[in-house]
Amino acid sequence: MKLKNREKDVIALLSKAQRENKHNYITEEKLKIIAQEAGLSYSEVYGVATFYSLFSLKPRGEYVIRVCDSGPCHLMGSRSIFEVLEEELKIKVGETTPDGEFTLEETSCLGICDEAPAMMINEKVYSNLTPQKIKGILRKLGDKK
Amino acid sequence: MIKELKSPMRIVLDNCGKINPESIREYIAQGGYKAIGKVLREMKPEEVVSEIKASGLQGRGGAAFPTGLKWEFTAKAEDTPKYIICNADEGEPGTFKDRAILEGDPHKIIEGVIIAGYSVGAHYGYIYIRGEYLFSINLFRKAIKQAEERGFLGENILGSGFDFQIEIHQGAGSYVCGEETALMDSLEGKRGNPRFKPPFPPSSGLWEKPTVINNVETLANIAPIILKGADWFRNFGTKKCPGTKVYAISGHIKEVGVVEAPLGITLREIITEYAQGMREGKFKMAQVGGTAGAILGEDMLDVPLDYTSLKEKGLVLGSGAILAMDETTCCVDMLKCFLNFFERESCGKCIPCRIGTEKLLELTTAISRGEGKEDDINLMLLTAEVMQKTSLCALGQSPILPISTILKYFREEFIEHIKGRCPTGVCKI
Repeated sequence: MKLKNREKDVIALLSKAQRENKHNYITEEKLKIIAQEAGLSYSEVYGVATFYSLFSLKPRGEYVIRVCDSGPCHLMGSRSIFEVLEEELKIKVGETTPDGEFTLEETSCLGICDEAPAMMINEKVYSNLTPQKIKGILRKLGDKK
Repeated sequence: MIKELKSPMRIVLDNCGKINPESIREYIAQGGYKAIGKVLREMKPEEVVSEIKASGLQGRGGAAFPTGLKWEFTAKAEDTPKYIICNADEGEPGTFKDRAILEGDPHKIIEGVIIAGYSVGAHYGYIYIRGEYLFSINLFRKAIKQAEERGFLGENILGSGFDFQIEIHQGAGSYVCGEETALMDSLEGKRGNPRFKPPFPPSSGLWEKPTVINNVETLANIAPIILKGADWFRNFGTKKCPGTKVYAISGHIKEVGVVEAPLGITLREIITEYAQGMREGKFKMAQVGGTAGAILGEDMLDVPLDYTSLKEKGLVLGSGAILAMDETTCCVDMLKCFLNFFERESCGKCIPCRIGTEKLLELTTAISRGEGKEDDINLMLLTAEVMQKTSLCALGQSPILPISTILKYFREEFIEHIKGRCPTGVCKI
């Protein structure tokens, strides 16, 4: 008894490729390899990779900061979170710091509305955010280096 | 862990917070996996379907389709293999009730999926969990392994001759994948675009095979119904909508969290009794059903929150998310936020939704800047109406509801913006 053909699942292959890249993105080279592995055309794989918001085809920072701006987070002050992040990192949403450390993104609802406003940095959740808290989080990540 | 407010009634959340979700032993000690034993030893597949049908259980993802009927259609489909999918792609803003169940009681979902499989003749199940719910994904990987080790999953389950396997699929970030046919395309490794319907999943779903797709909360109701019976289940909720609902409440209230209550509870009861009332400001409005849901004003506080009562008023219960907002909230700013969400998440497959969401966002943005024209309000309504009639899936069909209801209550506030003033001072004009 075997589940159908899941080892060639493109989404899983793309996730793996991105996880293994230290700039959190999928290279063109890798897309070509995945297309070959999955027996699909390059354009099909490109189509899948550009559909999902967790994938990027552009190099990103070591830390990808994804701040939610859907209803509950917006109501609880997510705009001020964006403002302090943009100010501290000196980048706009969608950009990466010149040292390649941080990328700032806006995301749809993360399902953490019970602790809004919320964000994820890579795979970690940060919630009940305040501008003050953001500065502390950034400092800690900076210290790790 | 998600905070559970003091639930007046617990069927779905019964084990949440009570047992260690990583321990199958604790689940079993609470009567877990008993329903599998009962089904495999004492019931024919069609009897299981009849029981679920008799319970009146409706899909808890939002569409409220009768679960038993869905199972029956799939059971009667001739094509094989058949599939069961658990839709754990919770993405509707303000909705975190599935996460509460996933993180609190994973084995209950697994048990529901296996029972669904037995009743329709499927041997494969997928649990599609959104990629952001990493905690749940890891928890389920463990739980499935435990269930396999105990013989609740795999070949010849409990010596019955019935085989069933479950695999986890990790989403990659897309709201529209919560739509059932988009989810199936995504599960097949493609872009998550919704499909034309019909055919419906019970006849042609995953890999064009007969498929049952149920929401997390729906599946969490299955084992209790099997053990206690359809009549017991019908004791709760309303006649047309039996059972309980897990409501997720957030926003300007004192206590944020999930609460399980019989269907038909009112918004006033949820806000005042369970969420302990508004924080500082006075209640202005609530959005029920997530971003795709309607805005309810003070006059709706006593409407029963069940599928039928809301439908009669042209509203929806949807996922059961409630976003409570006080008088400091600007209607235009919130609507802009809702439309920004739709614009971003539109998959782009059908034109009305792709272009419509963009135009709606442009119009609201202009109004929020004091650059709108009075005619823009009607243009928004007209655009959203056309989208409702012509879009392929619920995403494009939805904006009309928040737009028309917010305008019903707060049209004046929109006109004020057009005249160059934001009454709450939120918008920078």
